[in-house]
Amino acid sequence: MSVSHKSVGFQARKSTAGVAGGKPDAEHPVGEPLARVDGPLKVRGKARFAAEFALENLTYAALSYSTIAKGRIASINADEAKAAPGVLLVLTHENVSRLSPPPLFPEGAAGSTLPVMQDASIHWNGEPVALVIAESQEQADRAARLIRVTYEPEIAAIEFETVRAKAKAPKNILGEPTCIAIGDAEAALAQAPVRIDNIYRTPRHNHCAIELHALTAAWEGDALTVHDSTQMVHLTQKTLAKVFGVAEQKVRVLAPFVGGAFGNKSIWNHQILAIAAARMVGRPVRLVLSREGVFRETGGRTLTEQRVALGANADGTLAALIHTGIAGMTAHNDCPEQFTFPARHLYAAQTFLLSQKVAELNIVANTFMRAPGEAVGTFALECAMDELAEALNLDPIELRRLLEPDKDPVSGLPFSQRSLIEAYRRGAERFGWQNRSPVPGARSEGEWLIGQGVATATYPYHRFPGGVAKIRLSADGQATVQMGVHEMGMGTATVQAQYAAELLALPVECVTFEYGDSSLPSGVVAGGSCQSASIIAAVNAACEALFDELLKLVGHKSPLTGLIRTDVEAYRGGIRHRRDTDRFQSYVAILNQAGKDVLECEAPASEPSEAKRYSMHSYGAQFCEVRVNTVTGETRVSRWLASFDTGRILNARTAASQFRGGIIMGIGLALTEETFFDERTGRIMNPSLAEYHVPVHLDVPQIEVMWNGSPDPQSPYGVRGIGEIGITGAGAAIANAIYNATGRRIRELPITLDRLL
Amino acid sequence: MHFNVNGRDHEVEPDSRTSLLDLLREHLRLTGTKKGCDQGACGACTVLVDGVRINSCLALAVQYQDRAITTVEGLEADSGLHALQQAFIAHDGFQCGYCTPGQVCSAIGMAKELERGIPSALTEDLCAMSMAWTRDEIRERMSGNLCRCGAYNGIVTAIETTFAGESAR
Ligand code: FES
Ligand code: FES
Repeated sequence: MSVSHKSVGFQARKSTAGVAGGKPDAEHPVGEPLARVDGPLKVRGKARFAAEFALENLTYAALSYSTIAKGRIASINADEAKAAPGVLLVLTHENVSRLSPPPLFPEGAAGSTLPVMQDASIHWNGEPVALVIAESQEQADRAARLIRVTYEPEIAAIEFETVRAKAKAPKNILGEPTCIAIGDAEAALAQAPVRIDNIYRTPRHNHCAIELHALTAAWEGDALTVHDSTQMVHLTQKTLAKVFGVAEQKVRVLAPFVGGAFGNKSIWNHQILAIAAARMVGRPVRLVLSREGVFRETGGRTLTEQRVALGANADGTLAALIHTGIAGMTAHNDCPEQFTFPARHLYAAQTFLLSQKVAELNIVANTFMRAPGEAVGTFALECAMDELAEALNLDPIELRRLLEPDKDPVSGLPFSQRSLIEAYRRGAERFGWQNRSPVPGARSEGEWLIGQGVATATYPYHRFPGGVAKIRLSADGQATVQMGVHEMGMGTATVQAQYAAELLALPVECVTFEYGDSSLPSGVVAGGSCQSASIIAAVNAACEALFDELLKLVGHKSPLTGLIRTDVEAYRGGIRHRRDTDRFQSYVAILNQAGKDVLECEAPASEPSEAKRYSMHSYGAQFCEVRVNTVTGETRVSRWLASFDTGRILNARTAASQFRGGIIMGIGLALTEETFFDERTGRIMNPSLAEYHVPVHLDVPQIEVMWNGSPDPQSPYGVRGIGEIGITGAGAAIANAIYNATGRRIRELPITLDRLL
Repeated sequence: MHFNVNGRDHEVEPDSRTSLLDLLREHLRLTGTKKGCDQGACGACTVLVDGVRINSCLALAVQYQDRAITTVEGLEADSGLHALQQAFIAHDGFQCGYCTPGQVCSAIGMAKELERGIPSALTEDLCAMSMAWTRDEIRERMSGNLCRCGAYNGIVTAIETTFAGESAR
């Protein structure tokens, strides 16, 4: 049973429909636009990030990176570096201790299973080949530049064109089947009266969290403390324990604040090398990757080449839906960029062929980046839908209405909750979609062509197993909820304080949420938009345990004497009988009477079985308007409205920001972002924020977001997670708007000026 | 060497290569000023020197002896948070909070530039004595401060409500 809050008598409120804004409601903190609890710390610069912990005797590290993509180190000359002022250690494969290879996500936190600097072999251009430890950062940086490395290069697989021919189907795609074939889709396509069949390409991306990857690490005997910029404290703890051969309890990982992550903040070589070096020099180490280092040594989103073919009957229904393609990957990771996933759930069709392959490259292991798969998969699929709508002479929203399935089109499972068409209707009304001309190039102002586009956003519901929460109730009426989860900007501490306040019927000021520390009860990774539901499930379980304990404590003369958990509900700082509501006692009174200062209860979340029984996904409709300059080819996004169907919303303010943040990354994906890769050398050519173009202030219009807030009946408290859906559909909405503005259909991202001229 | 940060005097002997950013973060333990690139591309390290905004990662510390350096830690008055800091909270002008000190310092420097009539790429009348506080002017002038979390809408609103109202009064 997943909706365990019911058993502690929680009165689930109907929904939290809204738009950004609104007034706080003290009795029901959930859904309210509460300001972030950590806001004052953040605006004062007092939130402490991983590189900001001061330690006695601290040393500084710098890395040196390989300049070939494959081969061996022939020689390393570190003499000059070792002799440079302040240098304490130059760590290379020649003197590094034996380290076990780090376990790959999800067993561990590593982005790749490759052993770290254990021999002379080189696996990608940018792999760390040496680490310098010095008394100051300046000394370490200088010495790293003095290391002379010669290589014996081998022929590397770096050209996509060459490896694509050898692309193979992985055993599975993140546990899902690699290929789904229902009926003979190719035959159905060939016979369909209306056909769309195109190739779409998306490039490499980098997460570009503004906080550089950083750690401050210290050994004390065989005990290790690491302040790491990570979105997975417990998996990092487990991974480091394994790599360094120490017990997990000996490793403590802290990440109270993380300056953005988006999938990128896991274990890469740098933490392992810095921690190994700290052990060798017997002093604490700080390592902050350079921005170039982030591009060289941590993975980004991989490139994809996708085919979408749609065969439509004369009435607009789909005879065939084909989505296939290839993503680049390495032999040492498992991140196939699941771009065929949206097509597995979005549309009804008579036949399906959905399958994807991976082509092995000698590159830094690609990794999960905000809505891996869905972000780029919806670009291809939703552009194709727009193309089909035009071919059928249908409004694109009308086409989605025609193709709306009544159950999951591939698995046949019922939807737990789905109001995509309603989201379209509400969004279209607010955006003024009916005023759009379907004829490309119909609107212009001076040298600007104006167009509007729409696309579906979708992201699956995930709840990760293994989460445990602890609730501590104290006799002064305060509650603390603890779980080793993360705050990278999502608002976790704020919304979870709100949730616990509502669950315990306490004022939100009386609840603190503690997180970001591996010494807390086991958390889940901050990924897959899973934290909210995963935390809530664990907090629900802890709350049940707490109520059981409280009812045991009430003794013989309490109004609650003789009651069990299912008889009662939380009410105004205490517990009351569900029907006989005068039977009430406050938590404070119960604890005082029992002579207890605190009561602590810990419990694991229920098994996340709901997603096995239901097709659980979030949805949205992205509407945008662009202006394309006929002289320069420049595209400006001038309006945006997104209408979401993403389950219950816990905080209107932080939710709006999450949605906007995803959409803005989608604007970058559509128009400016690309990690340039030199296919001759395998080297990333723009490893800086000056040359990798993330959206800046002027690129971003006011973004309107709205949601229906309909609780998902199958998920804990009806939430489905919202961190990733904003980026999905955004690329296609822009490409479709550009088509509407110019009549130019661009099927390759990013849609830069040159592609439009 | 003598440095004045947030009205307080410090005697430090930094390496001649030490950036003003690293002086603040590593020597003075004022970690409110952030490092996002160390290359002048993100604005996270923005501080005010004699009221003018600069990227402290591109500044050598030794060149800033005896200048009035203001960091995010120096914005609070006895009465509490700076109005702009409050507005950032009110309008959710951040998510992770990492770019925030830079955004806040940059906006304060930018407000002065606007007041002084310094034009931007969007300003139409280059000779105008006073500049209009439009959202696009704010966006243009703040475009050197990246926010990967995408809190841009809230940041612009926070700046607009703090300064546009002020200049109208
Ligand atoms: S750290 Fe100075 S501009 Fe990025
Ligand atoms: S709030 Fe995270 S980068 Fe701006």
